[in-house]
Amino acid sequence: MSDLTLVSPAASHKEAGSAAVASPFTGHSKVIAPLGHFGRAVLRVSEDLIDAVSERLGVTLPREANRSATQDDLSALWLGPDEWLLISSEPHDSWAASLQQKLGDALVALVDVSHRQVALGLESPHVEDLLASGCALDLREAAFPVGACTRTMFDKAEVVLWRTGAHSFHIEVWRSFARYVEGLLRIAEEEG
Amino acid sequence: MLIINCPYCGARPELEFAYGGQAHIDRPVQPADLNDEDWTGYLYLRENTKGIHAERWRHLHGCARFFNALRDTRTDHFLATYKVGEKAPEVTRP
Repeated sequence: MSDLTLVSPAASHKEAGSAAVASPFTGHSKVIAPLGHFGRAVLRVSEDLIDAVSERLGVTLPREANRSATQDDLSALWLGPDEWLLISSEPHDSWAASLQQKLGDALVALVDVSHRQVALGLESPHVEDLLASGCALDLREAAFPVGACTRTMFDKAEVVLWRTGAHSFHIEVWRSFARYVEGLLRIAEEEG
Repeated sequence: MLIINCPYCGARPELEFAYGGQAHIDRPVQPADLNDEDWTGYLYLRENTKGIHAERWRHLHGCARFFNALRDTRTDHFLATYKVGEKAPEVTRP
């Protein structure tokens, strides 16, 4: 008989509000930590509507490639010339519905992906070296400044990297790849 | 690693990209009007260039957009990349 214990991915959400989010890894990591729950939505807007939609959302959708903008708890991350990832650090139950309400009759595509991804936080003076273990991009601050974001590959997993500080990154990863990405980062951390 | 210039994102590593076949092939406006030979040509027949080849690429794990590229099939050297809808730029072999 197997003594496997099945844990629902939703379990981590229940704890999100309180303190730390559950990580499948034992032992303490100094640099990698799962972040709490975020609201996430993918927004597709055609070129001629960007200004109008920015106004309705209350955050300026960046036109420049790989840049983000934040207003209060809502951030808009450029993913493509007509595609943004909206992230809210304080999502309430009807967050996506409230976005929809703000957008009104604007002809856009809005997909709630809050539960598709989870967030990993990375904070270390060596954060660029840690990410370089699985990502081929030039992530030095001169090339990838604070506020820069991009979809890219971390080893075999697609992630969204978002630089939140000189030494800190927010990584969005599909939940089934989260354990894999966290594991690789932990190996990189251990091996220094 | 090969570095490819995405027209939207700039220089990015090869592993973010996916190949999309020969570029500048227009789908017939009225497929039903085509005879079998022309339809076969549209569906299956592609050039097998030794030299500069215009082809579609997709920045799949980046901005996810399709674009076109001129690549030398002998050396795997990318001579130019340009957005869909634009004409292929004039290039000379290096």
